[in-house]
Amino acid sequence: MQSKTLKKGKTIPADFLYSPRAATIIRTKQMTANEKFFEIGFDDGQPLGQQPGQFIQLSIFGVGEAPVGVCSSPTKKDRSTFEICVRKVGTFTSALHRLNKGDKLGVRGPFGRGFPIDELKGNDVLIVAGGLGIVPLRSLINFIIDRKRDFGNVMILLGCKEPKDRLFTDEIDEWGNMLNISYACTVDRAAPDWKGNVGVITTLIPGVHIDKNRTYAVVVGPPVMYKYVIAELLKKGLSENQIILSLERRMKCGLGKCGHCQINHLYVCKDGPTFTYAELKGLGEAL
Amino acid sequence: MRYVSLQKNKLSQFVKSLQKKYKVVAPVKKENLFVFAEVEDPEEISIDYIPTILPPKKYFLPQHEKLGTFVKDSVSMAETNIDVEPTVLFGAHTCDIEGIECMDIVFHDSPLDPYFGKRKKSVIIIGYECMKPCDEYATCVTMDTLNPRAGYDIMITDIGDKYILHLNSPEGIEIGKNALFGKVTNERDMKNKLLKLREDKLKNFKVLLDAEYKELNKIFKGSYNSETWKDVGRKCVSCGNCTAVCPTCYCFDIYDDVKLDMSGGERRRVWDSCQLDEFATVAGGENFRKERSSRQRHRYYRKFDYSVIKYNKFFCVGCGRCTRTCMADISLIETVNSLTKEQKNAK
Repeated sequence: MQSKTLKKGKTIPADFLYSPRAATIIRTKQMTANEKFFEIGFDDGQPLGQQPGQFIQLSIFGVGEAPVGVCSSPTKKDRSTFEICVRKVGTFTSALHRLNKGDKLGVRGPFGRGFPIDELKGNDVLIVAGGLGIVPLRSLINFIIDRKRDFGNVMILLGCKEPKDRLFTDEIDEWGNMLNISYACTVDRAAPDWKGNVGVITTLIPGVHIDKNRTYAVVVGPPVMYKYVIAELLKKGLSENQIILSLERRMKCGLGKCGHCQINHLYVCKDGPTFTYAELKGLGEAL
Repeated sequence: MRYVSLQKNKLSQFVKSLQKKYKVVAPVKKENLFVFAEVEDPEEISIDYIPTILPPKKYFLPQHEKLGTFVKDSVSMAETNIDVEPTVLFGAHTCDIEGIECMDIVFHDSPLDPYFGKRKKSVIIIGYECMKPCDEYATCVTMDTLNPRAGYDIMITDIGDKYILHLNSPEGIEIGKNALFGKVTNERDMKNKLLKLREDKLKNFKVLLDAEYKELNKIFKGSYNSETWKDVGRKCVSCGNCTAVCPTCYCFDIYDDVKLDMSGGERRRVWDSCQLDEFATVAGGENFRKERSSRQRHRYYRKFDYSVIKYNKFFCVGCGRCTRTCMADISLIETVNSLTKEQKNAK
């Protein structure tokens, strides 16, 4: 039956939970054939106010929304902007890649639980980045660099398919030159002129010196990577709550409602996306 | 005043009086089944009905719902208004009222969902107590949703010669002031009478689940790797009917509906289903619940375990809709009984 006209009804405004805030692209940079970097600022000049490891929902009306990890640190000098780096894989990201400096887009967030920076303070940090995992981890690495006094040794291990897939290479060279930051990279395959390591990222772990009591490992990479890396880290003597992971899942609302990102009783968008291995161990469909 | 009485032939008059102030939605017959729909003429209402095709959740979380509008080339929403109409949900069974309570927890869990919250506030819930079982699919006895407990403004109970209305909120008490109603002078007697009635009516109901309420969660705790999920997965055709008809399934997708002239459109949310193949697939193509068996297991666990961890509550209200609607004859009773048997044998 058709509904009657709203003779007794009223219209009330919803609040801005699902409403994107207007933002403008300040700068872009094509990083690789498929990955593009964007620096974005809110039109009202407000900072995003994110923690390293949190994500946002980007919105292009007519195309939709997609969750994207933020790759800049809240300690960045110009706090009126933030940065993302996105791989072109589907409809939304293709539309995003067509945008350039001066174009506008909508932003909701930041959402989720970031890396546990307060717990990491006072410890050594081993960063393990597989493929695109370096993107969210860059927010943490830059945070640590800007707050270096609070952290011990930092070791960065980077793995990707081929040398040309490496992201942030100029920054990585800088990181490698910094006091108390060491860096190693490996690729799955390379041309003969490649002077670096060849092999999966797990091959780098046995050679790393780890103070097992005072080291946190922060691991982000493709789903297939986690169980192998975790096994190596446990062998090194790290306990389950010294291993921090960040998970990728489909997310529509970012508010712990729409159900897409659910792993058992956990909502990745709200309870995560970062978890300790202790929190995820034994949960089906998590790792 | 917590109870009033109503002559049985005056139910239509009662509904008519509600229609002066409210839109009334109630169970009406649709072919051989029932649906909740707006009623013009109170005589359309089928007060003795088996659970409707869709539960009343559609009045709180509509199948399609506008979150806001946008115009071309803009990046913020033009307006995010919600149209609500003072509504009476009339004749809801206790299982469906429990379903609304479950949805309530999810959407009120911080951050409060403003769309759900505002719709919920605009609906008066008038329940109708079941005195006999609906069919062979409902498990309300085990799920302990057979009797009125909370979540309603008024509960109507047929005590034989007349209806008794339990007024359970200020709005309910206000409605109860209508001159149509008779006084119930001794409230304590009435309360005891209703208790006795509820004890007696249990004889009419069969217990269909082999496990008891208190055992259910424990059974699921031990059943994650059960072979039963493979059997259920083999039958399942991933149509998503079970989640659409479930009073506590609340998953949704968000999409943009663009006007044909491309001048703008609406950002909307629409019911989604964890039973669909692409539900948990990320942009890169990875699907975290690829198998039908893992998707069905996920659905059951969201009713009998994950919700218990999160909210200390079963999200199965025993209405039987998932079984009634399943094209592949997957039965909740058979599934849960199979898990129960495995667990009891394992001991």
